[in-house]
Amino acid sequence: MALDKPYLDIPGTTIFDAEQSRMGYHLNQFCVSLMKPENRERFRAYERAYLDEWPMTEAQKQAVLDRDLNRCIQLGGNIYFLARIGATDGKSFQQMAGSMTGMTEEEYRNMMLHGGRSVEGNRYLGEDGDAQPQHQPQGSAGKQGKAGKK
Amino acid sequence: MANITASVYTSHVPAIGVAIDQGRTQEPYWQPLFQGYEFSRMWMQDNTPDVIFLVYNDHATAFSLDIIPTFAIGCAAEFKPADEGWGPRPVPVVKGHPQLAAHIAQSVIQQDFDLTIVNRMEVDHGLTVPLSLMCGQPQQWPCAVIPFAVNVVQYPVPSGRRCFELGRAIRRAIESFDLPLKVQIWGTGGMSHQLQGARAGLINKEFDNLFLDKLIADPEAAAMIPHIDYVREAGSEGIELVMWLIARGAMSDVKSGSDVVGGQPPKVVHRFYHVPASNTAVGHLILENK
Repeated sequence: MALDKPYLDIPGTTIFDAEQSRMGYHLNQFCVSLMKPENRERFRAYERAYLDEWPMTEAQKQAVLDRDLNRCIQLGGNIYFLARIGATDGKSFQQMAGSMTGMTEEEYRNMMLHGGRSVEGNRYLGEDGDAQPQHQPQGSAGKQGKAGKK
Repeated sequence: MANITASVYTSHVPAIGVAIDQGRTQEPYWQPLFQGYEFSRMWMQDNTPDVIFLVYNDHATAFSLDIIPTFAIGCAAEFKPADEGWGPRPVPVVKGHPQLAAHIAQSVIQQDFDLTIVNRMEVDHGLTVPLSLMCGQPQQWPCAVIPFAVNVVQYPVPSGRRCFELGRAIRRAIESFDLPLKVQIWGTGGMSHQLQGARAGLINKEFDNLFLDKLIADPEAAAMIPHIDYVREAGSEGIELVMWLIARGAMSDVKSGSDVVGGQPPKVVHRFYHVPASNTAVGHLILENK
């Protein structure tokens, strides 16, 4: 019988369950290694070589090199682990979270200052909230994209 | 006999720790938040316990994906602040209470909760930020602390119901300890927040405040909230709120064992809610046992 996964219909959200964790084991353990200052230095000096020491998939390595956190999460990464990459880059949690929405840092910070993202329209896939797939990327990046298509 | 005098609930956002450590608490962004904890720091000075039983979650710091314990109790004599990638926080080493921790471990396991016993562990912002919020910046923390780490990182995390039952078991364990210690139990994490994906930045004030109401007045009902409601309504990281139910389940109004009726409802001495701290809604309660 299939496992109960009632959380697959939430937009813009990947639940880090046992299956994701299995897929992301080496990616996340690479992130853990960045808790040591000497490893952070080695990674900063030559990222590709450091990544090649880990049995990660090529797609996972590329997502790290691109700092594409959404892709990292899709490939089994978890934000608390991925935060070690952000820390190595001198980024805050807010900068990291914001980067996944397509908004600029200022846009995301302003959204938080104004009470954060509303849950309305963002509970289930198929609604019309700002986190839905049809509204990505968010912020000025999304507006530019739409203008470009016209 | 040891007893639980009060429970404290608070979010544990890492940026709050950074603001304290860098002396930025009076900046316009942070001032309203820290104002909400001024009462709490005075209350803490007037009501310093002998031991804090501090329920928190480790954020991929002490526990990587190599070992993922659902419930882990820190039984060591001390716990050093961890380097989470930005360098360790400049806060005192946390002193444990190995004697009480070992007693609780034995009692709670005998009550059918399979705790992982940890004799060496570093502690991250999940534990040190609540201490900073409640105690300020002392040279030493004012009392012993027993860290109790709950897995809320890898799904499935323990249910609210199980956390609430665990709180009951912890209370029975503490009340069966022979030394006359005053113990506070803290539940930390939450409130609504999501740190990932296109839905990052989600805040749900209505859910949060209803949760606070329910936690105070009808904790049995709060304990029945299923995982999916936290995730959908309060964001993927809002699931941390199950940890608050451990502290609430340990309060004396909750029926426990031979105590069929339960005691008086706790006194709400402080309630505070603020948005935002970085990506997160901050909630805070102090409940005293009558």
